[in-house]
Amino acid sequence: MKRPSPLTLYALATYAFLHLPLAILTLFSFNRSRFTIWTGWSLTWYRTAFRDTQLAEATANSLAIAIAATVAATALGTLCAYGLWKRRSPLIASGLYLSLVTPEIVMGIALLAFFQFVLRFLDIRPGMHTVILTHIMFSIAYVVIVVSARLRTFDPALEEAALDLGATPWTAFRTVTLPLLLPAVAAGALLAFALSFDDYVITSLVAGVDSETLPMVIYAIARRGANPVVNAISSLVICALGLMILVAERLRRA
Amino acid sequence: MQRFRLLLIAPAALILAVLFAVPLAIVCIYSLLTRGVYGGAGTPWTLANYTRLADSLYAQILFHSLWMAALATLLCLLMGFPLALFISRAGPRKNLYLYLVILPFWTSFLVRTYAWMFLLRETGLVNTLLAALHLVREPLPLLYNDAAVILGLVYGYLPFMVLPLYATLERLDPHLLEAAADLGARPWTALVKVIFPLSAPGIRAGAILVFIPCLGAYLTPDLLGGGKSVMVGNLIQNQFTTARDWPFGAALSLVLMALVMLVLIGLLNRREDVL
Repeated sequence: MKRPSPLTLYALATYAFLHLPLAILTLFSFNRSRFTIWTGWSLTWYRTAFRDTQLAEATANSLAIAIAATVAATALGTLCAYGLWKRRSPLIASGLYLSLVTPEIVMGIALLAFFQFVLRFLDIRPGMHTVILTHIMFSIAYVVIVVSARLRTFDPALEEAALDLGATPWTAFRTVTLPLLLPAVAAGALLAFALSFDDYVITSLVAGVDSETLPMVIYAIARRGANPVVNAISSLVICALGLMILVAERLRRA
Repeated sequence: MQRFRLLLIAPAALILAVLFAVPLAIVCIYSLLTRGVYGGAGTPWTLANYTRLADSLYAQILFHSLWMAALATLLCLLMGFPLALFISRAGPRKNLYLYLVILPFWTSFLVRTYAWMFLLRETGLVNTLLAALHLVREPLPLLYNDAAVILGLVYGYLPFMVLPLYATLERLDPHLLEAAADLGARPWTALVKVIFPLSAPGIRAGAILVFIPCLGAYLTPDLLGGGKSVMVGNLIQNQFTTARDWPFGAALSLVLMALVMLVLIGLLNRREDVL
């Protein structure tokens, strides 16, 4: 056997750094003891997690929010990218960029101030709808960037042919351009879903009493100190998101 | 056709205008108001919220945040560069190695931060192991300090450094390295004189992608710093919740935004427009 090069060893160590913490976290979610001493395999913490109604509710909220925000952000983002394709708009582009680089905490407090301001004039209380609207807003830029990248390699002649043959702009988009953009649209949707499902900082500032999300519950428990139930939920989240990416990767290659 | 195009852009533009531009404008207004007696805000208009930033305590937190973000970026570069180089030379297994870098990025950031709490706390795995090996008598205070926050930031944002670095190293012409070797350059010299300068765009992009979120980090210092390592993000959150000084919190937010912009302008290459 050949001796591995220093570069390979270095890469191996970096991969260990990236993956070991999560692997250990998952392993200890199956530990019988509540302490960090291995005492045997058990599903106790998973049972506790599944019986917890607050967790179930928060998961349902998170899924509902993520699905609604993903559908809307993907649709609006794709249309926007398409609109910006042949003629750029510096104003929209800088707005999108700015939304990408704005620190989450700044975006969160700005929205907190905004919703409080709106509340003075309209009876819109924080809740699921404010969270969904917020998630649509911060996901749009990601979708636009992913779809725009694909559009740049897209041959405009294909669509022009459809237009020359008498298709309306909308029909040409729907039947020619959109199907070819689909992989990028799916990638954008995936990104939007992951961002929405995971967000804690902004969500916690715009959520109401009825819209507690899974990250908010995880954060609240984690803040009180590590807890094996959080290990169990975390492992489930890791597996669910990992599976999602795996499926997406398969779809992309198919 | 022009109207059709407007129709396409309008919904996204409207959402950005109402939920992004207007809230930021409100923050700008708040930053110029005076804090009220009960935590509200009102006239007179003032610049006092900005001049308060010269206060040594707040200036210190700002400098501390800049320093933490810079250190995290440097460490990401040091860890990420060899990894990116390794992947770019991995041949047919490139995609697998790349996938292994992207995978943690898709895992929840909160969960990844929590994993380090689980490892580093007083009764965590690291301390349990050290005690079992009789290396320490008392558990080490690994959590709630600057080092833990740096660790969390590097762990969280390393993929953002590796991906752009990989993208530039991938495009590097191998003939250039052969030429360097033919002319007598040792591998180390070739690395410093050929690979490093040519991967400057990737380093710049990676530095932007790591430095900016680190500068505005809130969750990592909150969970791993636990009040002992405060960054500007925590200070802002505190002004809007516990301290109830919205005008000052708003001024801090705008200063943070300005710093982000300065970094972007400093590092961004105008020729590489993404949109």
